Amino acid sequence: MLDRPRTPAPAGASEVIKLAILAVGGQGGGVLADWIIDVAERSDYLAQSTSVAGVAQRTGATIYYIEMAPDRGRLPVFALSPAQGDVDILIAAELMEAGRAIMRGFVTPDRTTLIASSHRIAAVSEKILPGDGRADSAKVREAALAASKRFIAFDMEQIAVSAGSVISASLLGALAGSGALPFSRETYEQAILAGERGVKASLAAFAAAYDRAADVSSSKPDERARSVISPPPLTPPHKDEGLEVGASDGGSGSQVRGGTAVSKQGVSGPASQVAGWYAQLARVSRLPEPVREMAIRGLKKVVDYQDLAYGADYLDQLDRAIAFDDAGHGFALSIAAAKHLANAMCYDDMIRVADLKTRSSRVARVRREVGVRGDAVLRVTEYFHPRIEEFCGTMPVRLGRFIEDRPGLAAFLDRRINRGRRVRTDGMIGFATLWLIGGLRRWRRKLLRHAVEVEHLDRWYALALSHVPANYALAVEVLECRRLIKGYSDTHARAHSKFDRVLSGLELVKGRADAADWIRRLREAALKDEKGEMLDGALKTVASL
Amino acid sequence: MAERSFVKEVEKLRLGEGQEFAGEGILAITKALLQCGVGYVGGYQGAPISHLMDVLADAQDILGELGVHFEASASEATATAMLAASVHYPIRGAATFKSTVGTNVASDALANLASGGVTGGALIIVGEDYGEGSSIMQERSHAFAMKSQVWLLDPRPNLPSIVKAVEDGFELSEASNTPVMLLVRIRCCHVHGRFVAKDNKRPTMTVAEALSAPRRDTGRIVLPPASFLHEKEKVEKRWPAAVDFIRSRKINEFFGPADGKVGIVCQGGMYNAVIRALQRLGLADTYGDTEVPLYVLNAAYPLVDDEFLTFCEGKDAVLVVEEGQPNYIEQSFAAMLHKAGRDTKVVGKEFLPMAGEYTGQVMLDGIGGFLRTHAAHLLPAAVRAPNTAGNGHDIPDLTRVVPGRPPGFCTGCPERPIFAATKLVEQELGKHHIASDIGCHLFSIMPPFELGATTMGYGLGPASASAFNSPEAKKRSISFVGDGGFWHNGLTSSIGNAVFNKNDGVIVIVDNYYSAATGGQDILSSRADNRTKATKHPITEAVKGMGVKWVRQIDRTYDVPKMRATLKEALTTGETGPKVIVASSECMLNRQRRERPLVDKAIKGGERVVKPRFGVDEDICTGDHACMRLSGCPSLSVKTLDDPLRDDPVAHIDQSCVGCGNCGEVADAAVLCPSFYRADTVHNPGGWDRFADAMRRKAIGMLQRLRERRRLTFADA
Repeated sequence: MLDRPRTPAPAGASEVIKLAILAVGGQGGGVLADWIIDVAERSDYLAQSTSVAGVAQRTGATIYYIEMAPDRGRLPVFALSPAQGDVDILIAAELMEAGRAIMRGFVTPDRTTLIASSHRIAAVSEKILPGDGRADSAKVREAALAASKRFIAFDMEQIAVSAGSVISASLLGALAGSGALPFSRETYEQAILAGERGVKASLAAFAAAYDRAADVSSSKPDERARSVISPPPLTPPHKDEGLEVGASDGGSGSQVRGGTAVSKQGVSGPASQVAGWYAQLARVSRLPEPVREMAIRGLKKVVDYQDLAYGADYLDQLDRAIAFDDAGHGFALSIAAAKHLANAMCYDDMIRVADLKTRSSRVARVRREVGVRGDAVLRVTEYFHPRIEEFCGTMPVRLGRFIEDRPGLAAFLDRRINRGRRVRTDGMIGFATLWLIGGLRRWRRKLLRHAVEVEHLDRWYALALSHVPANYALAVEVLECRRLIKGYSDTHARAHSKFDRVLSGLELVKGRADAADWIRRLREAALKDEKGEMLDGALKTVASL
Repeated sequence: MAERSFVKEVEKLRLGEGQEFAGEGILAITKALLQCGVGYVGGYQGAPISHLMDVLADAQDILGELGVHFEASASEATATAMLAASVHYPIRGAATFKSTVGTNVASDALANLASGGVTGGALIIVGEDYGEGSSIMQERSHAFAMKSQVWLLDPRPNLPSIVKAVEDGFELSEASNTPVMLLVRIRCCHVHGRFVAKDNKRPTMTVAEALSAPRRDTGRIVLPPASFLHEKEKVEKRWPAAVDFIRSRKINEFFGPADGKVGIVCQGGMYNAVIRALQRLGLADTYGDTEVPLYVLNAAYPLVDDEFLTFCEGKDAVLVVEEGQPNYIEQSFAAMLHKAGRDTKVVGKEFLPMAGEYTGQVMLDGIGGFLRTHAAHLLPAAVRAPNTAGNGHDIPDLTRVVPGRPPGFCTGCPERPIFAATKLVEQELGKHHIASDIGCHLFSIMPPFELGATTMGYGLGPASASAFNSPEAKKRSISFVGDGGFWHNGLTSSIGNAVFNKNDGVIVIVDNYYSAATGGQDILSSRADNRTKATKHPITEAVKGMGVKWVRQIDRTYDVPKMRATLKEALTTGETGPKVIVASSECMLNRQRRERPLVDKAIKGGERVVKPRFGVDEDICTGDHACMRLSGCPSLSVKTLDDPLRDDPVAHIDQSCVGCGNCGEVADAAVLCPSFYRADTVHNPGGWDRFADAMRRKAIGMLQRLRERRRLTFADA
């Protein structure tokens, strides 16, 4: 793919510095280019910039290109586009754009300083997969290290946002801090000061990025590989300390205050329930060590979803897998069971949605995410579209089935129910309605949806466990297929169909040594597109085995 | 209002003799027009010449002072027809548009203009949209110059050269009574550079003066027998006059040593890239001083035979650097040498690719190859026989990693919900034949929508569906046309045609209040007040006036259920004849540019302002991304949760959300999921707002505490 320059540049040739900026349309690449031109001209350089505007700027990949040379009283002949193997500095405003620059041959080990923001802007093709379609950032970082002379990467978007600015300012800071251009820091700052809007925020973003890049530049070459590449955190930094098994000491860590207990571990509620919770934690602590972490996560999810009794059910179910399991397999089966049992038990019904949307923690999160400050008032509108299916699911089993069995009645009710509803959860009526629906939680286990879900769970779980003696890995894969079930309404129905289709492959691969591998492949295919066309193709392959 | 305001740049148009102008190439051309005493300017926007139109639109005061008439023409044909003012009157006129789409549209007027010839200088500035970043079919403007026999200037891509080309162009036009095309490529239009300005000149004759003393000359009108005389006049009088002018004024340039065994001829626009290749081959320095003789064609048509033949004297081989195909220049030169009985070899496409942009690497390889074959002795040893074949480094292949990033709808674009609704209708009624058109709405052909089968030209969406009209058909065709295309020529070519031919299809007119794809210029149906233009002409009235009976106006495209219902009705109604839906909402890019500063100011000023945005409840989102398959909004993306129980990333809406409402509407219309919420922040709330909010929060807090006292609550849940 890399169409390398086939002719080396002659030694000691040109004084022209060549700089290319690869950005995503809308990132302000033009502003950055203008600043760089300004800095160069302030430093007695002649400079020229070009770009290809047009529709590519509408969220597509764009290139800005700058050439500059010291002013010797004569106008150099500057080129109008970057050439492979002929770029001194490449600025990528997003990590995949750095990848694109490398692919296009604009980054070469003999000369290119690659300055890239390590954050990601997912392309449409990455977002629309039902599974995780995001590109592999690590591969781009690895290529960037190999392809560049120097590689400076950190999250410049984050720096800009923290400073209340935009990425062009932090990119300029990183460029200045890298020392790749022979211009002084003050000159860059003067260029920013000459602007009209957001000068203060731009300067702050510039300074923060300058320091980061300068740090990186001053470290020794052999440290570079380590210090330069600060991979973006895969998970937010905060750690859930309240859930360490070691901390579960039967509730002694909790204080009782007026009937409500607040524990150090971040759980609160009636004293009896807190005690019950610790009893269940103690039960988890007796599980095999590798299973515990996932079991605690699962248990918490299940108890939060319903109640302690549901948590006990969860642990009982989990015990069934553990009984089949052993350390020799690293308890993979039990870990998968701990994860997917919890997800299966916490199906998404109207009660859950209403419950989650009426919690105080949710209100706080929305305010934080929206950034409500001062005395500003926040109004929150929810988008619901209930159908007869959801309505019946929230009925007692017999009543729900009664309606479902009568299509005329169901259609009649559907006409009254099935429409989009906007609910204001900052208003009393909207909130109270959802609050009451959330309160149906107490009766959930008597409702139709629960019966349906339990039946499905039992079938799936029994199927998985039935494979353990013959093919342990296959049993784990069957458990993992639960990942396919997600979404609401039609999407949920489609997910179920994919789940069934993947498991239909079981009959075909049963008995093969690589059966588990095939089920994994089928599952991955199912996550590649909406309708499951890849899955159908994969199933055909399996059928032909 | 245009996407960018050029109020600041416009001041540069006032610069006088000796002052330095610094700015974009396209602005330099604008300034050059005024320096040349242009009497009127017209044009049609489109990359890369939109800025020229935008600058002139913002420069009405200066133009008024000079007595220059400016028009934002209805189409490229209109702009070219406007040059008719230079036929009988000694007024310099200029028209501008992008090429080759503009030249296509302008051809009729261009041919008529060229036939009769001009008295005043007529300059057609074409922005050649070729190569990387181009949004149109890849063709050459050169052919248009040849077939109409108008002269084509292709100046070196730096500001002094293109400014000089404008001056030369007017003079050449007047000297040869022929319109002149000035070709500027995309990057040249956007190149940032400097030149020394001259004073602006009032036109020697203004259009007002011409109107008060009308002139006519039957001999200049395209009708037999004059038209036959015109053809002769072109070759007998105008062509030789043009060649004389080009030769005597030294429009074409020579660089490098006077003699040598090889030489390179290039189009003016290719000059910088040729020099860069020579620099990299060690045969030229930073300032373009070259060891290889260069013949630079700032006038690409007509060619000057004796100039070329003189250049070839004593040379074994000459390389013609001519971008695109067919290689008209190379063919002409070969014929010249053949007829002159010379044995100099002309090469071009042997070393350079027949098709595609001449990028830096292509030029390096091509010129390198030519010199290695024909003049290896010139090349430094390191270039002639490099020691290393590759670079010796192993760089991982990223072709399967890096995702493509085609252009798409902006955040909050009002066209997104139109296509979400179309996708939903297709889920219900099955696939339809969909004809697309030019404009932002063409992004519907990309994921996630993947709607639309053809695009045949601006305003021609419905016209391109006209064959799909049959009494036996079970399904109707759907076609799209934008408001820009509609006024450009869609009203007659598409709507009128559909009415006349009783087409039974569905036509959706995407009205975003501007010619949005070209930078947000006003058009007839724009809703803005415009000092110099008549706006606010409803599209529905025009459509009804054409005779369409079934017309629906949608005033908020974000209403996806309504959009879907209307489309469904159009596809299923018993009504015959074209079904036209006008879907209107303001272009969000322009709306934000207009409103954001006002909103920020109002908030700072203490005014009550409600600002919407959307969010996703991440614990309700299941990570199936169905919402994104109906959106593709840049602000709606995926995010990994810190939860080992969850395998797939969930939906997340970032700070760039403008609260257009598409997410919520689509979730509702497609019955997706209840995880979206709209959060309206009331800035500077009034007394009642605050009181009511306090009361509500108090009551809600009570209910929340009531429940939370009875259950376990996890701090991080």
